[in-house]
Amino acid sequence: MEEVDVEPSTTLIPGAGFYQKHLGFEWGPGDLIVYETNYKLQGNESCSPSVHIVRRDEDICSPILRKLFSESHLIFVGLQKIKEDVPSKNKKSQFVSISKNYRSVIRACMEELQQNAGKRSHDTHPVSILLAIELIWNLCEVLFIDAAPAGSLLLQLLDWVRLHKSDVDAKAREVLQSDSPAQHQSYWDVVISLVLQGRTDEARQVLSKQASLRAESSSVFKRMDGLLQTMPIFNPTGTQTLTEFEVKWRHWHEECDRCLQDNTFASNRHLETICKILVGDEDTLLEQKELLSTWYHFLVTRLLFTHPTIKPPDLHYYAQSSMNMFLGPRASPEPLDIILLSAFEFDLHQVIKDCSIALNNWWFVAHLTDLLDHCKLLQSHNLHFGSNLREFLVLEYASGLFTHHSLWQLAVDYFDHCPEFGRVYLELQIERVPLDTERKAIKVLRICEDRQMSEQVRSICKIMAKRALRNNRLGSALSWTIRAKDAAFATLISERFLQDYSNKGSFTDLDLLDNLGPAMLLSDSLTFLGKYREFHRLYGEKRFSEAARLLLSLMTAKIAPRSLWMTLLTDALPLLEQKEVIFSVDQTYELMSCLEELNSGTKHSNLTDQDEDIESTKTELLRLALARNLTMAIVKEGTIET
Amino acid sequence: MFVAKSIAADHKDLIHDVSYDFHGRRMATCSSDQSVKVWDKGDDGEWHCTASWKTHSGSVWRVTWAHPEFGQVLASCSFDRTAAVWEEIVGESNDKQRGQSHWIKRTTLVDSRTSVTDVKFAPKHMGLMLTTCSADGVVRIYEAPDVMNLSQWSLQHEISCKLSCSCISWNPSSSRAHPPMIAVGSDDSNITYSGKVQIYEYNENTRKYAKAETLMTVTDPVHDITFAPNLGRSFHVLAIATKDVRIFKLIPMRRESANSSGPTKFEVQVMAQFDSHNSQVWRVSWNITSTLLASSGDDGCVRLWKANYMDNWKCTGILRGDGSPVNGSGHAAALSAVGVPVAAQMVVGAASAGRYFFPHLDSPRAGSRLAHLLPPPSLIEQIYEPDLSHAPQIRQRHTANSTNQPTEHD
Repeated sequence: MEEVDVEPSTTLIPGAGFYQKHLGFEWGPGDLIVYETNYKLQGNESCSPSVHIVRRDEDICSPILRKLFSESHLIFVGLQKIKEDVPSKNKKSQFVSISKNYRSVIRACMEELQQNAGKRSHDTHPVSILLAIELIWNLCEVLFIDAAPAGSLLLQLLDWVRLHKSDVDAKAREVLQSDSPAQHQSYWDVVISLVLQGRTDEARQVLSKQASLRAESSSVFKRMDGLLQTMPIFNPTGTQTLTEFEVKWRHWHEECDRCLQDNTFASNRHLETICKILVGDEDTLLEQKELLSTWYHFLVTRLLFTHPTIKPPDLHYYAQSSMNMFLGPRASPEPLDIILLSAFEFDLHQVIKDCSIALNNWWFVAHLTDLLDHCKLLQSHNLHFGSNLREFLVLEYASGLFTHHSLWQLAVDYFDHCPEFGRVYLELQIERVPLDTERKAIKVLRICEDRQMSEQVRSICKIMAKRALRNNRLGSALSWTIRAKDAAFATLISERFLQDYSNKGSFTDLDLLDNLGPAMLLSDSLTFLGKYREFHRLYGEKRFSEAARLLLSLMTAKIAPRSLWMTLLTDALPLLEQKEVIFSVDQTYELMSCLEELNSGTKHSNLTDQDEDIESTKTELLRLALARNLTMAIVKEGTIET
Repeated sequence: MFVAKSIAADHKDLIHDVSYDFHGRRMATCSSDQSVKVWDKGDDGEWHCTASWKTHSGSVWRVTWAHPEFGQVLASCSFDRTAAVWEEIVGESNDKQRGQSHWIKRTTLVDSRTSVTDVKFAPKHMGLMLTTCSADGVVRIYEAPDVMNLSQWSLQHEISCKLSCSCISWNPSSSRAHPPMIAVGSDDSNITYSGKVQIYEYNENTRKYAKAETLMTVTDPVHDITFAPNLGRSFHVLAIATKDVRIFKLIPMRRESANSSGPTKFEVQVMAQFDSHNSQVWRVSWNITSTLLASSGDDGCVRLWKANYMDNWKCTGILRGDGSPVNGSGHAAALSAVGVPVAAQMVVGAASAGRYFFPHLDSPRAGSRLAHLLPPPSLIEQIYEPDLSHAPQIRQRHTANSTNQPTEHD
């Protein structure tokens, strides 16, 4: 596993490096900030006044690729659900169909890009990348996932070439729809192209146009028609064995050879060329470079007419030689050529590695590797890091998605299916998602709650609570605090509520306060706030005796902070003044002892004289009301009801 | 990679630090012009300066955000021997309309007798704690016991490192198995033989920080230091900027007996070492998941380092100034005009971006050599400055420079 040493690409920062020689930087979500600076100097220096934001993942921004990301996400999730216990035979067909699904998503994306290409000409670049991706994927599907045996292998490779060299069809249509197809300048190009792709029936059809015109040479055309018609094609679903096919094919090959020897087609150089192609003459094939256009087309055509029953292990020899013959000795192969060659050599790891370097696109390598890993292809190569490679690539891809303002939600599922580091990555990434709105915060929160990420849940709630408090939205702050289960903060907010109450004389956010339920047990202050609000509600509903009992218990059970006792006792005043006796004798005694306990405590030294006057007046009033209530209560309780 | 946007920061002197907030929606810049600026990312994706104020009476070295759980809080440190804590308060409505926010100073930490070279908040699970280090070789750990009252900070620990300190980094691990740990780097060039990276660990029993390790192999001045996120591993990863970039693995060794109270001992391994910067490296920093490390050095480049699944580290990208004297405001305008169609940038991408945006410098290998050939800056501004209203102010700055040589602060 040699590392290909690729020179890292350099990004130039405009306007930096002129005044000062250092670049400062800071990591951001999905980008990097750079600025000119000097780490050796202290100041009074000229420097570029700009801060530059450098983005890393370019593809993430494309709106059309976004569709690729979201649709392939569904396929990915479906693939992860394929159960282990399905017999491996059935699995293979499932994997092939998943592979085809991925490819059809790429194709759809490509078509959309091509349609838009008219409007925005600079979008051609992603099209060519997608084209290469689909080409590689399709080859990997044939060689690795479907793992076609000898016989079917060539048929599948032919399909692969036909799919990616589809301009033949357009040209054929153009020729056939012209006024006189046989006279069309591309006529023979079309015939030969069809033969090169092994599409003999179509080639015969086009040839017949010419044959009908030239009566004098109709026998020659008929001969060629016969050759094309009798060309044996292997039928993998039929009963014919591979050996039977080989015998038949060799027979046909000899017949073509004989025609060549006999100079049967000497009168027509085009037919002669076709015949040479049929016998697999390499020089003739190489003369068709323009029609073949790629070395891998040449490879498949060459195999079609020389070794139609090629076995997978022999492929690499022909691939290497075809590439050399086609490109010539001096041409240096492009990255795509190297990747395809590695595939023909069945070197999966090299394919993946080269793809990740050449394509700069984690989508492709992550999904392909994941699929190959499910096919158990990576383990057989190297037990040690097979699954790590998959996870490494999936993590890279998902991390890239996380930098996008809406695609991050897809990334969650990818992280879920990375057993080793998926959870930690998700934890690190999800807490960085900007909580712009309450809705978004709830969305993020739900993801964390579903995965029992209690620390992230607490942190998000705390951030939201803090923000709400800053903006003086007490109700929202309290409900986020309850979700965060932050007792200290709950105390603080409860105190703010009570402060608010003592300023305004009424509570805000009644809905929340009335429905605290068991959440009020989070902190003593909150419990008191909830109970105190309940007292107000009971009082408002004129359920006086219940209200009185609650009020008293707030003090006797020490739920109410001492500082608020005077307020509570004052709240008791109107109840004491009612015509009807509400506080029983025992309750009145308890109230009295509360009042005395409060007064026996150390007096606040910082109270002004005026404040002290008010306090003592309050106490006097309370004592009077309590005494009067006691009288009434004794009388009431002493009266035997008849 | 490509330059997506350029923002005219409008600092009147060198920018020393830029810091993103936790969610990447705000950033703070600090400069030798003694000010800090806060920038907010609008819904349109544009950055707006929402506050700019004088923070210190000397160059501001570093600025850093507290975790948003503690509100909108910044800390800065300066040549003026202080560090300061700033809190944003919800301003009056007309401030909001103007898109401005109010930052008030909550405290000034004046314990250092020399320049405060770094300031960092501790990991949030430790509460609201702030750490400074200074040229006099002392690391100070402060705590705000009441997170609602940021004007009260108490000095909890003073660690004497005996060497002039340049940088600090907290171990972010919140695992119970890892006691709080801080790494301190020194750029002391007077003492050449001793290790320049010290690691201190909190001891539950003594309630003090004790030295756990000195990286004896690092004897050259250290300019920056940073722990990677822990990722649930048992060991720690520490990146160091010295004469090269180094990545260390600190593997806690098993204690000899369960009740031994001494600091953890570590097995120290070098995971990677890169000398591509050719000389001093000034900053190192990890991305969120520590899959990438960035470093900045004397070669004027920011280099990105990445490990593959076999833990082989490689440089995967380089950022370098193009050496052109582009004027900030004119340049920003040119970029914002093409800033919206993202697809255009996708294609132009990487190295060609600079050329695409600056046709007048259409030399692919402009680099720094070109800089020497160009006429003096003021002339350039006249030629390339489309908005002349900015020109006088900028030229004034240049003239000021020529009279006022870099002799700042004794």
